[in-house]
Amino acid sequence: MRPTVQQITKSTTIALTVRQSLIMAHRGLLRVRRTPEQLIDVTLQPILFTLMFAYLFGGAIAGNVQAYLPLIIPGILAQTVLTGSVAIGVNLREDMNKGVFDRFRSLPISRIAPLAGALIADAIRYVIITVLTFSMGYIMGMRPHAGFMGVLEASMLIIFFAWCVSWMFAFFGVIAKTPTGVQGISMMILFPLTFVSNAFVPVNTLPKALKWFANVNPVSHLVNAIRTLLEQGKTSSDFWLSLVGAVVIMAIFSVATVRIYTRKAA
Amino acid sequence: MNSLKLSATAVQAQDLVKIFGDNYAVNGLDLVIPSGGIYGVLGPNGAGKTTTIQMLATLLKPDRGSAKVFGFDVVKDSHIVRQLIGVTGQYASVDEKLSATENLFIFSRLLGLSSRDARRKTSELLEEFGLTEAAKRPLAQYSGGMRRRLDLAASLINQPPLIFLDEPTTGLDPRTRNQMWNTIRRLVSEGSTVVLTTQYLDEADQLADRIAVIDRGKVIAEGTPAELKAKVGTASLELVVANPESLPYAAYIIEQILLTEVHVNVANIITAPLANAEVITDILLALRSDGIELAGVSVKSPSLDEVFLTLTGHQTEQETITVEN
Repeated sequence: MRPTVQQITKSTTIALTVRQSLIMAHRGLLRVRRTPEQLIDVTLQPILFTLMFAYLFGGAIAGNVQAYLPLIIPGILAQTVLTGSVAIGVNLREDMNKGVFDRFRSLPISRIAPLAGALIADAIRYVIITVLTFSMGYIMGMRPHAGFMGVLEASMLIIFFAWCVSWMFAFFGVIAKTPTGVQGISMMILFPLTFVSNAFVPVNTLPKALKWFANVNPVSHLVNAIRTLLEQGKTSSDFWLSLVGAVVIMAIFSVATVRIYTRKAA
Repeated sequence: MNSLKLSATAVQAQDLVKIFGDNYAVNGLDLVIPSGGIYGVLGPNGAGKTTTIQMLATLLKPDRGSAKVFGFDVVKDSHIVRQLIGVTGQYASVDEKLSATENLFIFSRLLGLSSRDARRKTSELLEEFGLTEAAKRPLAQYSGGMRRRLDLAASLINQPPLIFLDEPTTGLDPRTRNQMWNTIRRLVSEGSTVVLTTQYLDEADQLADRIAVIDRGKVIAEGTPAELKAKVGTASLELVVANPESLPYAAYIIEQILLTEVHVNVANIITAPLANAEVITDILLALRSDGIELAGVSVKSPSLDEVFLTLTGHQTEQETITVEN
């Protein structure tokens, strides 16, 4: 007597891919629950960075910390959330180097589900960072003019932006051989992207080449968009430019990542 | 869609080749595995066993050649093949950060079970593999045997008709190894085909209905354990002499009858090649008439160790084999 095989399918469907991706995201959340120390970076970092940058640059750039907060909090938010999105590449590489990855590859599931699931689960990290950074700003005395709605809209923008950019770090995760390698490449990208922008300093103080980069840098548009949302409650042209920038980054790197990943996962 | 026809041959591989750099890990391997029963793939470390399994299980693409699982191509129809197989790798392919329950639940969900069915299946499998008590513990606290059991349980969720086990008992203590053997036998009695790789000759001998011996990426012999042993030929007679002092004389008598040299070892055992069973009577009668007492008599078929040595011309790595002739 041979076991009966039920419902053999010839290929996966989009609906199944979405379902399997969500199950993989569930796995990601279970892992976080098992090892909460994974969240140390996303909890300590926003607290530490907000305090440090505000008191470090506040006096020099805006005369005092209070006046600097509306400028610096959007900058720190961009910095901390984007730093949080680096981890996806490292985690993905660790996962791919482990035996469990072979199990996923041997299952009749969509090839990109493990990847997509990890990216979805990571969104929770961005939510935590965003909430903590705004809370720190509030404690230090920032009161955005646009009120809670402004904060909510700004939060959604930054979380979406980080999610798009995390595809880039996922790309490094699939091409590099070791987690440390991923960390190295990602930091080399992250630092210029966040610091050579208007996140911490006024762009017109920069030398020509840096100024040019800072002006086209999607992170600058993102920071401007967040400032406008918080202070005026409006979506500026920067809002749309940062969205376009994010989507372009995602489009390029999601295609490249999925292609390399599926080739390795085939 | 539900009525795909499965061929009666579980695995058919032709001229499989896999090259890593300039190393031919698998080098023109042919394999036909009938459905039902346990098929052993036997070979020393680095013979190409794992690479072969990985190609058959759609985890690696062959560089040349083709392989079919129940008639479906492992490259072109990989999605169908994955629904027909369960794979348990050499290193536990489970999520180390999750508990056994969570692992089985996630894998069940991925295989299309509803939340409720996945929970039921999970507790069934935990029970079946004796993991219920440890189910909530993190895997870091699991013993090697428990990990292997969980790994095997995860491969059985969708009751695949073909199960690949890559060295399922390597590194297990003898008791756990026996448990694993029983589990494997039970799978087969329930109708699955099991393909297992091993470097333990006695494991293949004990479990497998048919064996392929692999060396340097090629199948060098194939058949039932009995057929393989027959290739090496003669059985041997083992006599345990009761009184050590009569050992040399006993050996002399036997040599006179067989007209060939015998092997005497320190535990009072005389081993002699046995071309035909008839001579046993002669030997025993001669020993009695000379008043030599025996503590034990046995006839041994050649072991697979001897088979392996004869086939490959070199010894297996982990054991030294003495072939008396």
